[in-house]
Amino acid sequence: MAYDKFNILKSSAVPLPIENIDTDQIIPARFLKATERVGFGDNLFRDWRYNQDDSLKSEFPLNDKRYSGKILVGGKNFGSGSSREHAAWAVYDYGFRCVVSSFFADIFRNNCLNIGVLPVQVSAGFLQKIFSAIESESDSKLTIDLPKQTITIDSSGEFENFKINSYKKENMLNGFDDIDYLMNIKDQIGEFAKNTPL
Amino acid sequence: MSKTLFDKVWDSHVVQQIEDGPDVLFIDRHLVHEVTSPVAFLGLKNRGVKVMSPKRTFATADHNTPTINQHLPVADPLSANQLKALEENANEHGISYWGLGHEKNGIVHVVGPEYGITQPGATIVCGDSHTSTHGAFGAIAFGIGTSEVEMVLSTQCIMQPKPKTMRINVNGSLNKGVTPKDVALFLISKLSTSGATGYFVEYAGEVFRSLSMEGRMTVCNLSIEMGARGGIIAPDEKTFEYIKDREFTQKGAAWDKAMTYWSTLKTDEDATFDKEYTFKGDAIEPMITYGTNPGMGMGISGGIPTAESVDGGVATYKKSLDYMGYKEGESMIGKKIDFVFLGSCTNGRIEDFRAFTEIVEGKKKADHVTAWLVPGSHKVLNAIKEEGLLNTLEAAGFELREPGCSACLAMNDDKIPAGKYAVSTSNRNFEGRQGPGSRTLLASPTVAAAAAVTGVVTDPRSLV
Repeated sequence: MAYDKFNILKSSAVPLPIENIDTDQIIPARFLKATERVGFGDNLFRDWRYNQDDSLKSEFPLNDKRYSGKILVGGKNFGSGSSREHAAWAVYDYGFRCVVSSFFADIFRNNCLNIGVLPVQVSAGFLQKIFSAIESESDSKLTIDLPKQTITIDSSGEFENFKINSYKKENMLNGFDDIDYLMNIKDQIGEFAKNTPL
Repeated sequence: MSKTLFDKVWDSHVVQQIEDGPDVLFIDRHLVHEVTSPVAFLGLKNRGVKVMSPKRTFATADHNTPTINQHLPVADPLSANQLKALEENANEHGISYWGLGHEKNGIVHVVGPEYGITQPGATIVCGDSHTSTHGAFGAIAFGIGTSEVEMVLSTQCIMQPKPKTMRINVNGSLNKGVTPKDVALFLISKLSTSGATGYFVEYAGEVFRSLSMEGRMTVCNLSIEMGARGGIIAPDEKTFEYIKDREFTQKGAAWDKAMTYWSTLKTDEDATFDKEYTFKGDAIEPMITYGTNPGMGMGISGGIPTAESVDGGVATYKKSLDYMGYKEGESMIGKKIDFVFLGSCTNGRIEDFRAFTEIVEGKKKADHVTAWLVPGSHKVLNAIKEEGLLNTLEAAGFELREPGCSACLAMNDDKIPAGKYAVSTSNRNFEGRQGPGSRTLLASPTVAAAAAVTGVVTDPRSLV
């Protein structure tokens, strides 16, 4: 399924300065029972956003009216744990198009790239600068420039480069997905399969 | 050129290399379960594509199945709907399906090896991070997301950047009372939950050689908890002995041919790894976790570390201890517990039930403890009965449930209530993992058994 194209994103951000945010927090397992990819944003960070009586936890950043935008900024080792792509779907469905952290878990990073959410890995120092900028001005804008592979804190002009391989970059820029690619080389795969030992 | 075991298996499965991009990797075995597959099958339908290799694809129901009264209709309509969807998808695409009540039903990572689907030198994927379990047989096995499940269903390939290689050596031998789970929790506590991110880990050294296949599976299963893409152990006589004559294992000439391939599956002597760690087996004691990620583990006789003594942010660390209701410096021994969970793809195999039974034999379950004993599969369940373990367990006041993932991720009704403490043989102690507000102490079946009979965290070595 082709997804949204990603080019330059300028937006305010929601800060989550917590480390090791795992996919069970992003979307608890009891919300994985759908057979279609709909409605996961409602349960993004469910147990951090809501009390057990379903009332809002006002101190949680997603419930804090000062913060909004299409960029989620999380602490180190974001997305560890389960392989559930539902975590990336929830992030997307809530309205985020980019997640910034100083370190990502592998499977979560892949899942994001496969659905058109851009994971941007920055240095620990730059992550701290982003958190500080948002703390001093809650609607601080960040600019993510995928063609140039830069992330900029608009208020100060400070920026950092981020990595993405050129294949995935091309996919993100054009909204292509891996299945399109694989379907195009299916004959080659079929030949390969004939000679596998197992 | 010298190669690691991982490189040998990976390189032989690369269909195409993309410059400054991922490898197109051919997948030998694809395991499918009800939770991460329905959207992938929907994707196939939308593209008008059939499953490319139904014979390489195996489906079972495990994540949201009940563990009591499995003969009755599943009460939760959403779970029932997911199970129905998997059954229909499997039928439509000609995939073998071991649903609820099927004699081969069980946790996907338990039944794969039991029926010889898991093989040395194979590439194995599943929409579940604990797919790393199968690396115990010398396979490259790792968890994938649903988009990737769709890729494998439709093209039998996945696009992956090749991970870096890491070798972890544990030399010498283990002390009495120390189990494979303790080795894994020890390693995660040393490396942290992100210490192996970006790497594929080979486990080497006398300790892993000496482990049974079940023990090796426990270790490889937990590779993901230190961030690794997967873990792998070179196959040896034990491996071949385990897989021989299983239902899906090659027979006759096909076995001989496979053995020719399998005998090449070891790291060359002068091969190098991107990173290497070495530990001593006798430095490990029974482990238990005190926090909200699997890296927050400690030797059971020690004290909870102070925030300043661990890597990472102080605020995150304190938040974690607050959630658990624990304080820095406290001893874990003697902490009251409410639940015990024996099971999961980490510790739901027959050896785990033997270890648990050995500790509780002749004792009684503590009155205030609720114990859920959930075999990983029907095969394990039958073995528990045949070996007489069930009689011993029942005499000690325990009941056995039916197979499934159960309280490991609490998608079904097996939820630990808010605020309650569970000693769990599963793999994750994240906030709310075993039910909203639940508090998890990860440990081995032996430590879980000791807690079950005493009602508090107990060093199992003090009971034998």
